[in-house]
Amino acid sequence: MSGAKRQLGVISGVAAFPAAAQDGAIASVKDMTIERHTMSVLVDNEAGVLARVIGLFSGRGYNIESLTVAEVDAAKHLSRITVVTTGTPMIIEQIKNQLQRLVPVHGVTDLTVEGPSLEREMALVKVVGSGEKRVESLRIADIFRARVVDSTIESFVFEMTGSTEKLNAFINLMQPLGLADVSRTGIVAMKRGTESN
Amino acid sequence: MAAEPITGAEIIVKALIDQGVEVIFGYPGGAVLPLYDALFKQNKVRHILVRHEQAAVHAAEGYARSTGKVGVVLVTSGPGATNAVTGLTDALMDSIPIVCLTGQVPTHLIGNDAFQEADTTGITRPCTKHNYLVKSVEDLSRKIHEAFYVARSGRPGPVVIDLPKDVQQAKYEYVNHAGQRHRTYNPQQKPDRAAVERAVELMAQAKRPLFYVGGGAVNSGPLACKMLTDFVRLTGFPCTQTLMGLGAFPGSDPLSLGMVGMHGMYESNLAMHDCDVMINIGARFDDRVTGRLNAFSPGSKKIHVDIDPSSINKSVRVDIPVVGDVGHVVEEMMRIWKARQVKTDSKALAAWWDQINQWRARDCLKFKPSDSIIKPQFALQRLYEAVKQKDFYITTEVGQHQMWAAQFLKFEKPNRWMTSGGLGTMGYGLPAAYGVQVAHPEALVIDVAGEASILMNIQEMATLVQYRLPVKIFILNNKWMGMVRQWQELLHGGRYSESYSDALPDFVKLAEAFGARGLRAEKTGDLDDVIKEMIAIKGPVIVDVCVDEKENCFPMIPSGAPHNEMLLGPEDQSAKPVSEEGMVLV
Repeated sequence: MSGAKRQLGVISGVAAFPAAAQDGAIASVKDMTIERHTMSVLVDNEAGVLARVIGLFSGRGYNIESLTVAEVDAAKHLSRITVVTTGTPMIIEQIKNQLQRLVPVHGVTDLTVEGPSLEREMALVKVVGSGEKRVESLRIADIFRARVVDSTIESFVFEMTGSTEKLNAFINLMQPLGLADVSRTGIVAMKRGTESN
Repeated sequence: MAAEPITGAEIIVKALIDQGVEVIFGYPGGAVLPLYDALFKQNKVRHILVRHEQAAVHAAEGYARSTGKVGVVLVTSGPGATNAVTGLTDALMDSIPIVCLTGQVPTHLIGNDAFQEADTTGITRPCTKHNYLVKSVEDLSRKIHEAFYVARSGRPGPVVIDLPKDVQQAKYEYVNHAGQRHRTYNPQQKPDRAAVERAVELMAQAKRPLFYVGGGAVNSGPLACKMLTDFVRLTGFPCTQTLMGLGAFPGSDPLSLGMVGMHGMYESNLAMHDCDVMINIGARFDDRVTGRLNAFSPGSKKIHVDIDPSSINKSVRVDIPVVGDVGHVVEEMMRIWKARQVKTDSKALAAWWDQINQWRARDCLKFKPSDSIIKPQFALQRLYEAVKQKDFYITTEVGQHQMWAAQFLKFEKPNRWMTSGGLGTMGYGLPAAYGVQVAHPEALVIDVAGEASILMNIQEMATLVQYRLPVKIFILNNKWMGMVRQWQELLHGGRYSESYSDALPDFVKLAEAFGARGLRAEKTGDLDDVIKEMIAIKGPVIVDVCVDEKENCFPMIPSGAPHNEMLLGPEDQSAKPVSEEGMVLV
């Protein structure tokens, strides 16, 4: 699934992008397709850098489906922001260019188009229950290779890593078994192979 | 060499001097007192005391746009910084290099809702190119030099440096960081040669070409504009300019079609619509220029030269993007053009010029003259006749008068025309004018104003008088917010909601109250004498030109309409009602 363009429907997306919608007569139908892209943004780890990135998205009306940020190189004060966004090809190109021109940004990689890449997400899932439901949740957790990281007589906290879809599937299965709380990291991503982002 | 530790305020002043700053526009307050003290103790940097922080930024914009240097602003924390926001946004929209120093409460009070505290970096993040909060005196010199670099590099813009009071007072050694290479921000100057070659090939085959020149050419400098002018003349192609691009190509050159866009020339807009190759040099396909996007120049291949990659394919898909500085790109274009000894299709070009000349013959700026009541267009025609032999600088406010000024005044050189294009800020013209005058003390600087706009920063008359800045304020007084009234007439059934300015001041007495001179022209016959007197007066002057209240600004592309559906005059108004989609647009 990583690296694949996902179509989220043409009609629903159009209203969100009036500038692109007006352009309809020039742009082909293909250009109006809403695509989902994962971008990896390497930034200086300085005050306000995340606010700059988020402000750019909200100020220009771009979507954020997922966003993660953490320092990745303490010596060089570098952080990596992984952002999953949606838009027409023209909007995606804009987002990349707009990110690129922020002063503390070192580089932007569109992992969706630049070769195969990996995407992973982690979740903590709390399930409260007893009896057969409790046993069943443990059995399913085993199938999904989730780990138990906390346990009481009446609850488990599972830790699980995988694709967004896998996490969704697991969380859905826990719903009838006493799902009490979910905490997710959002997507982190990286290019496959020898090349760096 | 270990230097003596000096205060943060002194470091700032040293850094400004090392950046070649000669003048700053500012207004003091509690959080910048150490910095004002450091300014007091030196005489290399001149300080111009404004009367409102918004005006400080506009003045710095006028200074920057007329000189090509970075304009510098100094304001205090809280209200000082928030008042500057309009000016910063204006500079961002029009790509004007500004460094704005703002005071801040001491670091230990930040976040405490202290007196005159505002989250300046938070507030200004979306309206600056970049901003800094300097929390340690050790970072001060580096960040100030970096701010100047960021402000003027690539696509220029405003940069804010927020300076807590304790950082201004702390001591540290000054190190000159000017000229240091930036670790991340290094915008591309020189174009990709292959892209330029493809652009030249497309231009060589053009049958109906058109240069479309914007503010990026002016920002690239007078030399770049000169090269561009030479190149346009070499090709013999027609050349239209945006509001921000006026002066980048000589306005009186026969190849110039004048301004393009909503109130641009008929011939410019029809040429945009019908051209087959559009060569965009430093313009950004602004909505005032394109009109309805899906009807914008439908048959053309488009070349887009811009230093900012995010301008490319933002609203209009282009065929050949060329990222780079206008000067470098045009130089490369010219080199390739000459090396290949390009022969254009002279037959097709002659036919294209025939067509353009037919459009020109419509004389889209014609208006009904009057012997008694002053037509605003006529006032600008007379003004132009009086100044055209001089090296004049024009600033404007925003509205009808601004568009008429853009239509009727011709600029032969860049950096002579200062106007608020992107943001459309009423109150821009007066402070921008004295910013220009400070940089060019001997020049003739005129603020073409409307009576509504001028009142938005009228307090700056005191600045003019204090520094004996001989700015001429030429008010086209029609007693209405003219452009609002025009839109209400066109789009809202003539229901003139709140667009009439009742209780206007007597501008002659107002000028005198500030210690300046005031003149008035009430009849067509007064104009020439009044203009002559205005120019002859050595100090600041307000001229109150009482013009026709009902005059509308034409030609006009109504919002939501394509270029070839222009309204040429009042008789077109009812024939072409504005579409419902157009009503939504501004």
